[in-house]
Amino acid sequence: MNRINQKLQEDKKLLSIYFTAGYPSLNDTVGVIEDLEKSGVDMIEIGLPFSDPLADGPTIQASSTQALENGMTSEILFEQLKDIRKTVSIPLIIMGYLNPMMQYGIEAFCLKCKEVGVDGLIIPDMPVDVYHNDYQAIFEKYGLINVFLITPQTSEDRIRFIDSISNGFIYMVSSAGTTGAKNSFGNTQETYFDRIGNMNLKNPQIVGFGISNHETFTQATHKAKGAIIGSAFIKHLTTHGTKTIDTFVNSVLGKQ
Amino acid sequence: MKKTYHVNEKGYYGTFGGAYIPEMLYPNVEELRQQYLDIMYEESFQKEFKQLLKDYVGRPSPLFYAERLSAKYNTKIYLKREDLNHTGAHKVNNTIGQILMAKRLGKTRIIAETGAGQHGVATATVCALMGMECIVYMGEIDISRQAPNVARMKMLGAEVRAAKSGSRTLKDATNEAIRDWISNPVNTHYIIGSVVGPHPYPDMVARFQAVISEEIEWQLQEKEGRSYPDHVIACVGGGSNAAGAFYQYLDDERVNLIAVEAAGKGIHSGESAATSVLGEDGIIHGSRTLLMQTKDGQITEPYSISAGLDYPGVGPMHAHLYDSKRAEFISITDDEAMTAGLELSQLEGIIPAIETSHALAIFDTRKFKEDEIIVLNLSGRGDKDLNTYIDYFKL
Repeated sequence: MNRINQKLQEDKKLLSIYFTAGYPSLNDTVGVIEDLEKSGVDMIEIGLPFSDPLADGPTIQASSTQALENGMTSEILFEQLKDIRKTVSIPLIIMGYLNPMMQYGIEAFCLKCKEVGVDGLIIPDMPVDVYHNDYQAIFEKYGLINVFLITPQTSEDRIRFIDSISNGFIYMVSSAGTTGAKNSFGNTQETYFDRIGNMNLKNPQIVGFGISNHETFTQATHKAKGAIIGSAFIKHLTTHGTKTIDTFVNSVLGKQ
Repeated sequence: MKKTYHVNEKGYYGTFGGAYIPEMLYPNVEELRQQYLDIMYEESFQKEFKQLLKDYVGRPSPLFYAERLSAKYNTKIYLKREDLNHTGAHKVNNTIGQILMAKRLGKTRIIAETGAGQHGVATATVCALMGMECIVYMGEIDISRQAPNVARMKMLGAEVRAAKSGSRTLKDATNEAIRDWISNPVNTHYIIGSVVGPHPYPDMVARFQAVISEEIEWQLQEKEGRSYPDHVIACVGGGSNAAGAFYQYLDDERVNLIAVEAAGKGIHSGESAATSVLGEDGIIHGSRTLLMQTKDGQITEPYSISAGLDYPGVGPMHAHLYDSKRAEFISITDDEAMTAGLELSQLEGIIPAIETSHALAIFDTRKFKEDEIIVLNLSGRGDKDLNTYIDYFKL
């Protein structure tokens, strides 16, 4: 069974952390992953940096620009990850935009993911129908789980369709906007979380965008299976470097 | 089925096009996709669109027989005078169409991207005309090099927001506009300035610009007794003026289509914007098309002396015209373009935009027969480029 599916069966709320590969320094990727696992994180999204990240706010944009300046490429990322399964056992997902993966070759990219032990992909600008018609068979051949996004504006029919072609979890974008930390969620989000929670989807939902601390993590996971933190963690890396990752994770989990 | 170079029902030109957008944008783009054709071909829409093109933009734009230019190159050259439109270029045909579209979609807030500022000015203009809130994203670097157009937009009541990410130019301004749309999905319409972006934008913008070739048909009928030329020539950055000039002739193979790209300092100089030659199949701004990028799929910054041609991608219609060989693609360097701009000024008394000068420069290398009829789309006037001309020629 895919590590993502196994993790989703655990009886707990899941904390997933996003960070940009090759940030703050090119060779920080593996160390950050290992420290996140040791700190008690359940799942990791490894950001493959892109020059034009449309869905991302200023924090992740800046980390992507820095990672590219550091020299990060798809090839280097796979090279860095080649022994990752010797030290890390939690699910690993690559999150990136479609263009760099197309240039690598979609099938070659999926094959590499399988070889190094990546369990799934999140590609925000890959259309649902293109995946369904062109790529689903390839993803399945290499045992990769593809994760789709839904937003407060996504129609019920479309959510049900996305649920039907998903086989891991659904990435629930908390509110209209790009990635970036908010301090709290309002009534609109509560209503949205409830609405999706009551749809009885076959795939669990993990909430992302706007989760930054223990309070927003708790709110987001009241109905959903878990939550993803990205920008707030990148900010932590920017300010404190890679030495105190456990401090950040503990504060989100309310264990300080 | 008859072969066509128009968009198919799924939003593709051959393998190019589509809507490669994050889910956050899906409702906005889908709303537009479902409604754009119905709205555009409503009688009241067409009436208002045509009236504004006539009374406000000043259409039809003349089709002018350039006698001295024709004599020099020993062929028959007509110039389609889009430079005489209000705001000085073809861009306004699209912004008039899209502002009417936005009104009918019930939107109250307009966003746009701009590179050199021409599309930003054309958008700010129609927003002033319609009393709509207008925010124009412009790269921080472009803001500093295009001060007069920034002032124009401000005078027209628009807010100009600096795009400070990435390379801080047109592609980043487009990213910022898209991010704004993601954050404001309900009340905002995004007026894209060229035949780029996710479907239905390339097709919608091409249909608004199609007025150019619709007029060429009847104007040529009057002057030559036939509605089609042997060649249509237009410069291509994103490709909106070329899309408009080609539109009625896309499937008429009697007409040779010639797209002229900016070679900058030379195609292989590392400072170029010749996307068809240097680009690879990929995704930019929600569209699958040819774009300039590294081997690793990072989008690179193009270069041209003309700020309107330095877009790293090209509209999917043009990618398909190139790939299918329906259109001839020619690249022109900065120097060739500048020389041609000066030549047109002195032969015909028309100072062209530097974008257009690229199209004009092909007569030095591409020979035409004496009795061939050529229509060259004179996409814009050179007022905005005077400083560049002054610096270049030490005027």
